[in-house]
Amino acid sequence: MSLVTTSGLVSPLVIDIENITKDYVMGEEIVHALRGVSLQIRSNEYLAIMGPSGSGKSTLMNMLGCLDTPSSGRYEFSGRDVSAMSDDELAAIRNREIGFVFQTFNLLPRADSLRNVELPLVYAGIDSDTRRERAAHVLREVGLGDRLHHKPNELSGGQRQRVAIARALVNDPSIILADEPTGNLDSKTGDEIMTLFENLYQRGHTIILVTHEADIAHHARRTVRLRDGLIESDDGDLGGVGILPTPDRLEADVPAYR
Amino acid sequence: MKRFAYELSESWKIAVAQMRSNKTRSTLTALGVIIGIVAVTLMGTAIGGIQVGFDKSMAIFGDDVLYVSQWPWKRVDDWWNYRDRKKIKTEYAEPINRIIAATPSSNLVIAVPTSSLLRSVKYGQSEVSNVLIRGTVSDYLITSTFEFKEGRFFNDIESRGGANVCVIGYDVADALFPSESPIGKSVLINGQPFRVVGVISRQGTFLGLFSLDSIVVMPLPAFQKYFSAKSDSDILVKVKDKTRLAEATDELTGVMRRVRGLPPEKKDDFSINEQQALKSTLDPIKNSIAIAGLFVTGLSLFVGAIGIMNITFVSVKERTREIGTRKALGARRRTILLQFLIESTSLCLLGGLIGLGVAYIMCTGISKAFPSFPIEFSLALVLVSMAVSILTGLFSGFAPAWTASRLDPVAALRYE
Repeated sequence: MSLVTTSGLVSPLVIDIENITKDYVMGEEIVHALRGVSLQIRSNEYLAIMGPSGSGKSTLMNMLGCLDTPSSGRYEFSGRDVSAMSDDELAAIRNREIGFVFQTFNLLPRADSLRNVELPLVYAGIDSDTRRERAAHVLREVGLGDRLHHKPNELSGGQRQRVAIARALVNDPSIILADEPTGNLDSKTGDEIMTLFENLYQRGHTIILVTHEADIAHHARRTVRLRDGLIESDDGDLGGVGILPTPDRLEADVPAYR
Repeated sequence: MKRFAYELSESWKIAVAQMRSNKTRSTLTALGVIIGIVAVTLMGTAIGGIQVGFDKSMAIFGDDVLYVSQWPWKRVDDWWNYRDRKKIKTEYAEPINRIIAATPSSNLVIAVPTSSLLRSVKYGQSEVSNVLIRGTVSDYLITSTFEFKEGRFFNDIESRGGANVCVIGYDVADALFPSESPIGKSVLINGQPFRVVGVISRQGTFLGLFSLDSIVVMPLPAFQKYFSAKSDSDILVKVKDKTRLAEATDELTGVMRRVRGLPPEKKDDFSINEQQALKSTLDPIKNSIAIAGLFVTGLSLFVGAIGIMNITFVSVKERTREIGTRKALGARRRTILLQFLIESTSLCLLGGLIGLGVAYIMCTGISKAFPSFPIEFSLALVLVSMAVSILTGLFSGFAPAWTASRLDPVAALRYE
């Protein structure tokens, strides 16, 4: 079942997970981190994945981010089966399709903002002039136009996370995957970051938040709750309903519309 | 290929940034390689110097001259068989030259007799002892390579007439005539005066063992008149075509057997020596010195390499999260491998360059302070040192870089 938007269009499916499981061997025991999760995420959704620790939330995030492959089940990313991809193929998917935002920012400490944001473009093999230009552009978009040559230790926590968000955006990914993005920030700065995500969502980006804080998850339009490796609830699961696409997103993603 | 070049240059930038941000650690680590390269390079220059000195010493004998002597120029186990051989006489030169002249196809040019012993040489109050006194003929020049600092060699008439004239070596001239020209002065040998007609320019030492400049050369008749007893004689024979030295040796053997009147069943009772034979006797000694030297200094480089390996392992461990982040952002295994390999390699290369610079300065210093010390700094040595540095970097960086490239991104990102 799929929902048809008012304009008669369905936003395309980005993530299509069917019954995936993930088992870890921990000493003698086998831990079933995911016991059969199915999830569909469409373009321009704003989704929060919630759950207590041990719920399989992190494991699911690693799957979604193509950092890990499932033990069983099927995972299609934009129509491509990633469940059996090699390490290097997964690296290419992560590079082009996924923008990561980490709780601890994970910036390179000795590189300035520009160089940090450039990094995904380096791995994409883009020449240095284009890289510089695009990185500077994205940094200006997140409001750091005057912090291009600052190193992480010269920036506030909120600014660091903005650099990280710029880094996630620079390759124009299909999804932004944010793991507790406000976990290391005070509430005021956290709010600023959430406003930034809201803006990105309004401009047509697909955002997946992984969090255990209800008021952060509240910013999302859809919340998926995990417990013991299974989906406990999914308030937006209308069979993978897309949110109404904004006009600029339509032009970018749905050529048939033109 | 283009992609690879791109990755190389990007990894290089990362490596440089990494080295600059960890200056103390990089310097200390590179120090191991610096010391190693300095040791290896200095040993290399010393070996090169020995080689050059060796070749120079060998050149004194001339590569187109055969020496007819009582003893062969090699180690013999049955020395008693040689001891009882008849002495080589300077008179052999005449019949040898007659036979050469009578053989149109001969590969031999001329035979020159020489006779030598050690004596003191005096001038006024000065005296030089243990000077090699050599009697020969004016044709000696044909078989020799030396040049004159001043004056000339004695001529044919002086040679045949046994005039009391002589040519002196550089060291003799230096010791006896520190502030005046020796030409025309008379030196005393065994109480006999000999007028100096020429000074041979500096020849250096033979393998650093003894000076080739402590010599006096005089006409053979004069030599025989005053020093006939206990002198050793050789016949020097110049060869026409030095590429056919073996043939010439056979020919000369035949000639000598005729001169000595040896019946066919008797063995040769003389030895025909040449530079090459001496070289092949001394080469193994020289080579084992070189190998032993390089091995010992190579060990210090190896220790440096272990240092680099250790520090790269530490660096991989420390930067586990960074590696995780890089992987999350799309770095492939090869990219990570390359990054760490280049880090260790550029560290080694940096150490190598500094080491070479230090070695160069030390070499210049040593050759200024001790001009006689054999040292030879060559381009080949520079290239070899660079190659060794790079190989050291690759060797020491590979294991840690491989570990880094195999890290699981999930575990690496979670690493505390």
